[in-house]
Amino acid sequence: MMQIDAAGLEYRELNQQLRRCGEDCLLTGCCGQRFIGTGMAEHQITIEGVPGNALGAYLNGAQITVKANAQDAVGDTMNDGRIIIHGNIGDAAGYAMRGGRIYVKGNAGYRAGIHMKAYREKIPVMVIGGTAGSFLGEYQAGGVIVVLGLYADGKKIVGNFPCTGMHGGKMFLRGSCETIRFPGQVTSRPPTDDEMHELETYVNEYCAYFGGNAREILTSPFTVITPNSKNPYKQMYVTN
Amino acid sequence: MKIEGQVRIPSGCAIAAVISKEGRKMSGEKIIRAMQPMHDRSNGLGGGFAAYGIYPEYKDFYALHLFFDCRDTRKKCEQFLKERFEIVHSEIIPTRKIPAITDEPIIWRYFVAPFQSALASMQLDEKEFVARSVMKINTDLPGAYVFSSGKNMGTFKAVGFPEDVGVFYKLEEYEGYSWTAHGRYPTNTPGWWGGAHPFTLLDYSIVHNGEISSYDANRRFIEMFGYKCTLQTDTEVITYIMDYLVRVQKLTLGEAASVIAAPFWDTIEHKTDEIDKQKHLYLRTLFPSLLITGPFSIVLGFNGGLMALNDRLKLRSMVVGEKDDEVLIASEEAAIRMMEPDAKNIWAPAGGEPVIVTVKDGAF
Repeated sequence: MMQIDAAGLEYRELNQQLRRCGEDCLLTGCCGQRFIGTGMAEHQITIEGVPGNALGAYLNGAQITVKANAQDAVGDTMNDGRIIIHGNIGDAAGYAMRGGRIYVKGNAGYRAGIHMKAYREKIPVMVIGGTAGSFLGEYQAGGVIVVLGLYADGKKIVGNFPCTGMHGGKMFLRGSCETIRFPGQVTSRPPTDDEMHELETYVNEYCAYFGGNAREILTSPFTVITPNSKNPYKQMYVTN
Repeated sequence: MKIEGQVRIPSGCAIAAVISKEGRKMSGEKIIRAMQPMHDRSNGLGGGFAAYGIYPEYKDFYALHLFFDCRDTRKKCEQFLKERFEIVHSEIIPTRKIPAITDEPIIWRYFVAPFQSALASMQLDEKEFVARSVMKINTDLPGAYVFSSGKNMGTFKAVGFPEDVGVFYKLEEYEGYSWTAHGRYPTNTPGWWGGAHPFTLLDYSIVHNGEISSYDANRRFIEMFGYKCTLQTDTEVITYIMDYLVRVQKLTLGEAASVIAAPFWDTIEHKTDEIDKQKHLYLRTLFPSLLITGPFSIVLGFNGGLMALNDRLKLRSMVVGEKDDEVLIASEEAAIRMMEPDAKNIWAPAGGEPVIVTVKDGAF
């Protein structure tokens, strides 16, 4: 495995070295360089330190592992591959994501999964181990968002205004979600057996990356949120 | 210069701050370092810093920092100052000649105390008198701008990248217990020396990442109370709003935050704490014109502390961390790590949730 010392490297230079390397790579001393791994289709990138905004934007099959927190817009418009964050992520994670998977051990900021979308076999998935900020899944058009709320300490596992403008895809939230106020155009209900099988895959992978007991996590009640397809265009932001 | 509409400049900006709760002094090098990984958030059209506790030898005097376009303007302004203030010391603010900073105006500072006779004849308290004098210079004296007017604090700003602005003003030679910084990426307004952040009045300073959609509504309201928006950019109105709410209306910082980043009516309606609910209803009803809409993350500096705040929708990023007695705030975690690599408790405050840090009693 190649190793690149990112300390003091400007983001363009860092990304050029990464592209030239042609094998798995360890980046050390990272501090705020943006666009790391943009569009990369192959190999595994492991990052020590805090990567900058738009980590793995347009990612196309490579795998990125971060040993710390990540900043804003992780996986912006990513198409394929995996991003695994062993800490928290900033705002707008998985922005317009259209494929691949993002696993976050800790919490997500505001607007996680904003405008995620899916097409045929391309179904993006984002699994958040901790809590998510307000506007989770804003304008979600497809794909799957899972929030496990593992370190919530009795607090709400999602912030205000989840699913605003959601018109496609699916969300799994751990717990019965009685205190969470959802907008009128989505429905919340317990998962079906098929959905529990689907969820099991995501939780098993989460525990494989970060540890934890998948079976124990899955014994909690879960809530599934989907758009109310009976009347999809009634009242998204305004009554019309 | 092309204005918005003729050219589209994508929004950016960077803010950072560090404060020692023990009142321990730090040189300006630390906060300059914070701005390095956020370089691309600015475009070289403005950078600046506010520093608190830097003038202990003149701590009882208002430190006025001024830009002048020419020597003649300076002479006129000094005449104006001499009629209203005792000037105990005046000097050119020391700067370095560096290629990155050019076209600088004449930059001076004056340590002043208002004449008691002037206060008595105008029937004003000292701070109101200083604030009105600042407004008068900025409005009536073309080519002169007061860009800092608090006690034992000062702002330093220029057209350039913030890291270069710090070198230009020799900030490594100043020692302060609290620092804020800004890198500018002007979107709708010109990049000029007076338009760089921080924007200050008395000891209140604001650094701001974002743009205020409600600017004109806010400006029209605040100008009814003697404030004049003269600096051709939206951020200065936040400084005047905070001065009005905290100094004049005597609101707490938390209450002022609830005015400018008020929760939605719907959120207030569903609050379960009845006292909290009534408080928000009262503040939104009393100060509707001071709600600031549009994206912002700001740090308000003042003597003895600072407050960080996001807009209620959190349309700009901001993270907070801690290290021993220090609290560190920045647009990006990387900036915090540049100041303190081992900072702990990194967290992102929610939209409209103020983070207020004060220095322990008597330490500043």
